[in-house]
Amino acid sequence: MVTLTHYLILSFLLFSIGVAGVLIRRNIIIMLMSMELIFNSVNISLAAFSYYLHSLSGTIIVIFNITIAAAEVAIGLAILVAVYRRRKTVYVDELNKLRY
Amino acid sequence: MYIWALLILPLFSAVLITLVTRRHKDLSSYISIGAVLACFFIVLPIFLRFVGAPHTEHLEGSFRWIGVPGMLVEIGYLIDPLSVLMLFIVTFVGTLIHIYSRGYMHDDPGYSRFFACLSLFIFSMLGIVLANNLIMIYIFWELVGLSSYLLIGFYFEKPAASDAAKKAFLVNRIGDFGFALGICVIFYASGTFNFLEIAHQVHAGHLSPNTMLLGSLLLFCGAVGKSAQFPLHVWLPDAMEGPTPVSALIHAATMVAAGVYMLARISFLLYAAPPAATTVIAYTGAITALGAALLALGQSDIKRVIAFSTLSSLGYMVMSVGVGSATAGMFYLMTHAFFKALLFLCAGSVIHACHTNDIWHMGALSPKLKITATTFILGSLAMMGVFPFSGFWSKDEILSAAFANGDMVLYGAGVLTAFITGIFMTKLILVTFFGKKRYHGSPHESPPSMTIPLIILAVFAVFVGLVGIPSLHPNFGSFLGLHGAEHGAEHGFNMTVAISSTIVVFAGIIIGFLTYYTGTIDPDKMYKRFRGPYRLLENRFYIDHFYDNFIVAKIYNQVARISTFIEVNIIIHFCINGPAYLIRHAGLFLRSTITGGVQHYTFFMVTGVVVLIIVYALT
Repeated sequence: MVTLTHYLILSFLLFSIGVAGVLIRRNIIIMLMSMELIFNSVNISLAAFSYYLHSLSGTIIVIFNITIAAAEVAIGLAILVAVYRRRKTVYVDELNKLRY
Repeated sequence: MYIWALLILPLFSAVLITLVTRRHKDLSSYISIGAVLACFFIVLPIFLRFVGAPHTEHLEGSFRWIGVPGMLVEIGYLIDPLSVLMLFIVTFVGTLIHIYSRGYMHDDPGYSRFFACLSLFIFSMLGIVLANNLIMIYIFWELVGLSSYLLIGFYFEKPAASDAAKKAFLVNRIGDFGFALGICVIFYASGTFNFLEIAHQVHAGHLSPNTMLLGSLLLFCGAVGKSAQFPLHVWLPDAMEGPTPVSALIHAATMVAAGVYMLARISFLLYAAPPAATTVIAYTGAITALGAALLALGQSDIKRVIAFSTLSSLGYMVMSVGVGSATAGMFYLMTHAFFKALLFLCAGSVIHACHTNDIWHMGALSPKLKITATTFILGSLAMMGVFPFSGFWSKDEILSAAFANGDMVLYGAGVLTAFITGIFMTKLILVTFFGKKRYHGSPHESPPSMTIPLIILAVFAVFVGLVGIPSLHPNFGSFLGLHGAEHGAEHGFNMTVAISSTIVVFAGIIIGFLTYYTGTIDPDKMYKRFRGPYRLLENRFYIDHFYDNFIVAKIYNQVARISTFIEVNIIIHFCINGPAYLIRHAGLFLRSTITGGVQHYTFFMVTGVVVLIIVYALT
């Protein structure tokens, strides 16, 4: 029997993996992917709550989220491409010019 | 209401010249002359009305400037015989000197600035004269100080001139400090600044004798500074660095006399106070009169000789107030304004012709400068007090008052001063205008704009004394109507005094004549025999040295050092730089967290969230 707890544990694991990815990986594309992971872990928990609490609002938020995430990724990738063209690198430790 | 125009016109002229017409020299001078001339024509009918009916009620008008419960500060005017007389002197002499300046300053680069400053001065001086209360007189007192500062330092690119301007300003500040304290004392005791109300309270006996003594001595400090009395006399000789018309107008005829005017204004207080007050005033005046006359002997700069004679005259006036006759002081002030302005303007004319101030580079100028020489001699005779020139009558009034006062030291000092004045004025005339030719180039008489004021002033210098002939009635004294001290107020023409002063003056003239004209008394031999005293005179009794080397170097500089220590270390380093240093270093530390690494920021953020979760979980 799959309960709400299982979904929440899955969501937590995905979230932790995502945070670890953002903190550890230097490649900006991987960091973006890790953020998507964080995003989707939240979606999972929302969908699970929606199912188990018999409420549609969670599902609706998930659908909104996916839409917004698509737009956000488009912008993020566009910026990323622009940065790469200019700086010829995708490693965040080399993208540190915005400092004192 | 037209009385306010006396203040508005000169101020407007000063502002207009400064802001608008500075580049147009002629226009500027006409505006300035026009303003002072208009003032003269406003004053003239009032003056004539008062002369026609001396016991006319005074006019007073004022508006409230600052009014808080318990204190009322007004800006107002008080027109009585005393202020009308002074208004007449200031506007009349002022007009002549403005006209003279047009010729004297003709190709000076600061021409318009000069006239702007003169207008500012006329504004301030008229403010002092009109003032009906102590606060207003104090404000305008400082304003004349400012215009005096601006005009002494007129040639500010010359170090001597800018130093002299600073010296005048600072020395006056000492006197003005006492003046301000005096105003506080009087206000504290009487609750008002208004002269008439203070007079009323004094007559009603509401002020205790000690308060009046303290108040009058402190107010006298102001006069000591402004009228250059010993020991604050040091600024006046240096003030001769300014242009000559300025010396004539400000440092002889009007501003320096403001101290005496102020004493006459508060004479009700001086004479009601314990006699110690007037004694201090009289002795200060006598020391100044005698000391300055001696110092004038040792000078060879034409303007400085006249400057020291001015000091001496101011000493006379102050002594006169001190011996109980403010009337005689004001009378001397009036005659002095005419003959001293005349002497200075003549000196200006001579300097204009010879381009030097040193009388030993002049000599035999009388054929070249006929008008100047004649008027100068007339002015000097008035200054020496030869019968029947104006100085005779006014000096005689003062000496009679001193004689009647019964203090023979003061009387002796006065007579001795008259004697020495005779010597140095004779020397000045003979060395400058007669004797051997020692000048260079070809001096020529000044233009009419300069000589006409000389002639007008000379006429006044000769005849103005006649209004004070004691046997006349009404005469100057009854016109002024000041209440003198009981002992000094009523004294007639004293034959003994008149004859003795005439004798000593002629003795002085004869000694001067024998020394500097016939050479019977050889000045060089005298110089060798009295080398010590002569050096003392040349160095002005070393008073300036004493101030420079002791007061300034020892006391003042030590105080300055302590103040500097406090200022630099406590105020600047601790209070101002301290917080700045703290904030700067906090900023330096905090900016090291801005690394530009995205992952660092993320790390801080996640750590923060984790900490929040832990805190939430624990509580």
